[in-house]
Amino acid sequence: MENETILEVREKDGLLILQGVIRVPYTWAAGAVASRFYAGLRDRRIYGIRCPTCRLVMVPPKKTCHRCFGDLNDWVEVGPEGTLQTFTVVHYSEPELHPLRAPFAYGIIKMDGADTGMTHLIGEADQRALKEGLRMTAVFRDKPEGNYLDIRYFKPVKGAK
Amino acid sequence: MERVAVVGIGQTKYEKGKTKNFAELSYEATRKALDDAGIELSDIDNVVTTTNDFFDGRTIACMAVAEAAGSYGRDATNVEGDGTLSAFYGLMRTLSGVYGTTMVSAHCKVSEGSPRKIVNQAFDPIYDRLLGMDAISSSALQARAYMQRFGITEEQCARVSVKNHGNARNNPYAHVPLDITVDDVMRSPMLAEPIKRLDTSPISDGACAIILATEERARRAARKPVWIRGVAHCADAYRLGERDLAWSQPLETAARKAYRMAGISHPSREIDVAEVYDAFSYMELMWYEGLGFCDRGEGGRLIDSGVTQMGGKLPVNPSGGVLSAHSVQVAGLARIAEAVLQLRGEAGKRQVPGARVALAHGTGGICAQTHCVWVLSN
Repeated sequence: MENETILEVREKDGLLILQGVIRVPYTWAAGAVASRFYAGLRDRRIYGIRCPTCRLVMVPPKKTCHRCFGDLNDWVEVGPEGTLQTFTVVHYSEPELHPLRAPFAYGIIKMDGADTGMTHLIGEADQRALKEGLRMTAVFRDKPEGNYLDIRYFKPVKGAK
Repeated sequence: MERVAVVGIGQTKYEKGKTKNFAELSYEATRKALDDAGIELSDIDNVVTTTNDFFDGRTIACMAVAEAAGSYGRDATNVEGDGTLSAFYGLMRTLSGVYGTTMVSAHCKVSEGSPRKIVNQAFDPIYDRLLGMDAISSSALQARAYMQRFGITEEQCARVSVKNHGNARNNPYAHVPLDITVDDVMRSPMLAEPIKRLDTSPISDGACAIILATEERARRAARKPVWIRGVAHCADAYRLGERDLAWSQPLETAARKAYRMAGISHPSREIDVAEVYDAFSYMELMWYEGLGFCDRGEGGRLIDSGVTQMGGKLPVNPSGGVLSAHSVQVAGLARIAEAVLQLRGEAGKRQVPGARVALAHGTGGICAQTHCVWVLSN
């Protein structure tokens, strides 16, 4: 079978342990909102969507407001800079998951003009100098692919305190 | 609310790399719960199981495992979430008037899957899954946000780990009993700042089952019933950036609803013992606040005061908590099982003397997106 293989059978306390992998190809439709968000990233622009009732600007954008259940269509450009809300420096390695090599940082960045934060990687930064409130800006991928890593990471704005 | 009781509980020891398979584990807990209640499977009217297809490594995992919880020939359903939510579902079925008794079971063998990869799959495939976050790195964002806003120190978080691993030494079911100091926690390897190895919960395999019964059916059980006084569940936004990570409004909402049902107006005075979902040490401090055990931002001071230690006015996690045994979706049900043991006076060396009102708490999702709060009494 292509999608499931028992690779190895071993013994523990006289009992058998079967070891394998599950590999299941999948397709995810991004939907109208995320498709447009990624189209914006191609032009190095970050768009959010405003809830007409709550007035909240959500970045990344989504189709439905979680608060008032409104249908969202009101696009607004945000940034290009934002503010670091919280962060962590990761010290363990998980090569199949992590796009950067440890130690690296994750942060939540609230873009100027947005009311929600974007979770992302932090690069080109002195990890010991990271702090809440730091001004950040996106570093874009040279050849966008239509996914979240079209922003490679956020970096501190030069000269920012 | 019509009175519903927990009339039986059963659980396995929690440990890594158990050689029993899913069904064998589930059967062990279910059989123990029936024996504890002094009833037979023929007395069980319906079954609620708890599975996670990714952790079980199979689709519709409930179909394969439910037999071991007594599903054959019965109405059986399943929850993909924490065991406190399965129990909530079981309570509703018991209250429906259709069923007099409900078997609620949960099992998980976290050690058999790839926990970091599986948790990463909980992130949005359209957006942030590609960042490679898992439970530790995402919780680190929450820990930092919480500690930063309220001035909570790493030492105060470490105190939770010291307390709970210490309590686990009195719990034969716990996976990681430890005699450690704040220094040991502080010196343990840094994983994702500010979370260190000893601030995290272990990878545990195990199963737990509880039996719920209407008042009439509870009278036929062998055990003194433990009554459900109040239950509520509440969800936050999915995305981390859309939540207030430093303060869980859904927890406060769930707690207030559960307290109202239970007639509790001063939780810190009226609750004798609490079992909360401390997947990471900082979480216990946050949950103190959301549960109203102290004011907002006072979680650090509460652990410092000793109130939540064994012998304090409100011992929290006498079992050792999730920090000492974390079989993911089993962990909330294990909190209810421990609350029942405490209210029966059967908690052995970790018994809170004279406990009359107990709280059990479960969470679901990344950084505890959902909270379920239970109030029980004897």
